[in-house]
Amino acid sequence: MDFILNEEQAILKGSVARFSADLRAAMDKKAVTAADRWGRYADMGLLGLPFDEDFGGFGGGGVETMIVAEEMGRHLLTDPYIPVVAVAGRLLADHCSEEQKAYLLPRVADGSLIVVPAFGEPKSRYSLSRVATTAVPSKDGFVLDGRKAVVLSGAEADLLLVTARLSGEAGDEDGIGVFLVSGDLPGVTRRPVLTVDGREAAEIVLDGVRVDKTATLGNLGQGGAIARRAEEFGVAALAGEAVGAMSAVFDMTVEYLQTRRQFGVPIGKFQALQHRVVDMRVALELARSIAAGAAIAADLDNAQERRRIISAAKVQVCRSGRYIGQQAIQLHGAMGMTDEYGAGRYFKRLLVLSSLYGDADHHLERFVSASQYGEGGALVA
Amino acid sequence: MKFAFSAEMEVFRDEVRAFIREKLSPETRCRVEEGRRLDKADYVQWYRALHAKGWITPGWPKEHGGTGWTALQRYIFEEEIALGAAPPVTAGINMIGPVLIAFGTEEQKRKYLPAMRQGDLWWAQGFSEPGSGSDLASLATRAVLDGDAYVVNGTKIWQTQAHYAEMMFALVRTRPDVKPQEGISMMLIDMKSPGLSIHHIKTIDGGQELYQCFFDNVRVPVANLVGEDGKGWSYAKFLLGFERHGIAGIGLAKRQLNRLKRLAASETSDGRPLIEKPRFRDRIATLEIELLALEYTSIRLLQEGEGKGPGVESSLLKIKGTELRQEIFEMLSEVVGPYIIPYDNDVVRSGWGQGEPVGPDYAATLASNYLDSRKISIYGGANEIQRNVLAKSILGL
Repeated sequence: MDFILNEEQAILKGSVARFSADLRAAMDKKAVTAADRWGRYADMGLLGLPFDEDFGGFGGGGVETMIVAEEMGRHLLTDPYIPVVAVAGRLLADHCSEEQKAYLLPRVADGSLIVVPAFGEPKSRYSLSRVATTAVPSKDGFVLDGRKAVVLSGAEADLLLVTARLSGEAGDEDGIGVFLVSGDLPGVTRRPVLTVDGREAAEIVLDGVRVDKTATLGNLGQGGAIARRAEEFGVAALAGEAVGAMSAVFDMTVEYLQTRRQFGVPIGKFQALQHRVVDMRVALELARSIAAGAAIAADLDNAQERRRIISAAKVQVCRSGRYIGQQAIQLHGAMGMTDEYGAGRYFKRLLVLSSLYGDADHHLERFVSASQYGEGGALVA
Repeated sequence: MKFAFSAEMEVFRDEVRAFIREKLSPETRCRVEEGRRLDKADYVQWYRALHAKGWITPGWPKEHGGTGWTALQRYIFEEEIALGAAPPVTAGINMIGPVLIAFGTEEQKRKYLPAMRQGDLWWAQGFSEPGSGSDLASLATRAVLDGDAYVVNGTKIWQTQAHYAEMMFALVRTRPDVKPQEGISMMLIDMKSPGLSIHHIKTIDGGQELYQCFFDNVRVPVANLVGEDGKGWSYAKFLLGFERHGIAGIGLAKRQLNRLKRLAASETSDGRPLIEKPRFRDRIATLEIELLALEYTSIRLLQEGEGKGPGVESSLLKIKGTELRQEIFEMLSEVVGPYIIPYDNDVVRSGWGQGEPVGPDYAATLASNYLDSRKISIYGGANEIQRNVLAKSILGL
C-alpha cells in the first residue's frame, strides 16, 4: 500500500481546501445561492472529475474523489457532490452509449445538468436489488411505475437515474434496468423534504411515466450490478467526507478543551477528558486510513477485494464517526447541544453519512460475504 | 496512492518469507503457532540463523551490523517474522544495543555488540521496581561509588527471561540529592556478580518467564557505567523511544486472527461450523475490519513519517494494537466452548505428546494464551500512560 499523495493529487488537495473554505465563508455570509455554488464547482472543474478530458473532465478516480469529498466534509458543504459526481457521474462515465456521452457528460461537467441516483425505495432499505418499481415495454420505450425514497437533491435534479424492474421478483439480482428520467416528465411527482443535516431530498412517485427507449443505460437487465458498482464509488467518497467532518469536529473539541475553564483550569487538564480525546484521535486515524484504502480500492478491477475493503471502510467510518460525534457533544457539555454551535452540525452530517448507501450492519454483512467466511473462512492476507 | 507495495518490496517480502520457511525449525514454528512456551534452544537456533543471514540487528546502524533497510522494509520484516511464527528478537538487541552504539565506550562496544549479534549474549532489563512502575523516575535502587566500583543495593522486578541472561542493563540511583530524573545512571551488571540473586514470579497463565532480582552489596565496575553518571534517564528515554516500526503488532494480530478463523471453522455449534453462526461471525468480522484499519494506519504513519524520528504515533499504535490483540485472544478463549475450562500447565509447555488430548488438542493453550494476553496493555508503558503521552501532544496542556 502506498498512502502518499502524488504531486498532482497534493495540488488538487490544496486547491480544493481553499475552494471549500471560501465557499463555506460565502455561505456563512449568505452570499451565495445554490446555483452560484454549483457554478463554482463547475468553474473549478470538479463536476467532470470522473470524465475523460474530451467530455470536460480530468479522468479522476477514487483518490481524487476522496480528496474533494474530505474537504467538503471538513467545511460542511451542502451541495450534492457525491450523488451527482461520485455516483451518477461514475455510472454515466461507465455505461453511457457514445451518443449519450456526447450529450450528457459535458452538461454534467459544466453544471447545466444535475443528475442524481434514485435507487432506493420505501421498502428496499439498503438493498439495490429489492426493486419494486416496474418498467413495462411500450411501443417506443418503457412505462415506469413505482416509488423512489430519500433521493438526495431529488426535487431540484434535472435527471433521475431510476432503477426499475423489467422481469422477476423484488430481490432478484437480474431483470433490473437503469433509466434516465427527466424530473419534469408527466407522471413524476416529487415531494421535497428537508434532511436532518439541513439539505434537501425528495420522495418520488412514478405513475405511468413514459420514457423513450434511448433512455436506458448500460446492459438492460443488469441494473442491479450497475447501480451497485456506482454506489461503491459513492461509499468510498462518503468515507472521505466523513473523515473530513470527523477531523473538523475533533479539532473543534480539542480547542474547546484548551480554552474552556472550570475549577480554575482548562478542562483539558482533566485526565478523564484527556483519555477520551485520545480515543477520539485513535478512532479518527483508523477511519482516515481505511477511507484512503477504500478510495484506492474503488478503482480495483478485482470485485471481491474492492467490495471487501469498501464495505470495511463503511463499517469503520460509521463506528468512528458515531464515537467521535457523540464524544464531541459530550465534551462540549451543554454547549454541544446548542443549535448555533458547530459540533451538532457535524454530528448531524455524520448521522446522514452513517446511513447513506448502507449502514454499518449492512456493510458488515457485505464484508463477510466478500471475505467468504462461510467457505472455511478465508484467511487474512 | 496505490493499492500494492512496489514490486521491489514484494520481492523483499518473498525473500524474508522464504528464509523463514527454510531456516526456522519446524518444532519452534509449531510451538509458536500453538501458543506453547519456548525454550532457550528455540531462540538460539533462530538467532543463529538470523545472524548467519546478517538479519539479526536490522535496526542498528549499518557500520555496526545493521541492514540499512528502509522503514518500510523493517516493517515488512517484522510482520513476516510474526506471521511466520518465528520467535521475537530479544530486548537486548532492540533496546541496549542502540544505546551502547550511541553512548557506550569503545570497550563496551567491542565487548558486547559482536556477542549480541551472534545471539550469544542475553540481557535482562533492570528498570521497574516494586515501588516504581509507571512512575519509573522514583526508582530507589542505590549505587554508591566505592573506589573503582559502584556498590548496588535494592531490587528490580518484571524481568523477562532473566534466567537466560548473562547481563543486565539497569537504571540505578547514583545521586540522591538532585531532581529524581537527574540522579539516575545506567549500568551493565553481570548476572553472576556476588550478591545478585534472582527469583521467578509465577504469572496467572502458569508461565515462569518473569523474575525479580535482589542486589546485596553488588559491586559493579565503573567501566560498566553507560555514558555519563546522572544521564541514565535520557538514555532510557532514547531506548524506549527507539524506532518501533512494528509496535502495533499487525503480524501478530493477523496470525492470531487466522488462528481464530481456523478454529471457528472446525468447531461446531448446533451442527454447523461456528464461523457461520452470525453472532460469532460478526464479532470476528468486526475485529478483522479494525485490524485492516490499524494495518493501514501503521503503514500510512510510517510512510508519512519516513525520514523523521519516531513520534507520538507509536503511543497510538501501541494502544490500539494491544487492545485489538486482546480482543482476539478473548474470542480465542471462547472458540472451544467448555473446553476452555480444563487446564494442564505441563501440556501448555510441552503439548499432549503421546497422551490422549482432553477435547480438541488445540484447546490446551487457549486459556493460558488469553491470560497471558492481559499483560500487553500493561508492559512497555501501560496504555493509560500512553494515553497521557498522546493527550499531552494533542492538547499541549
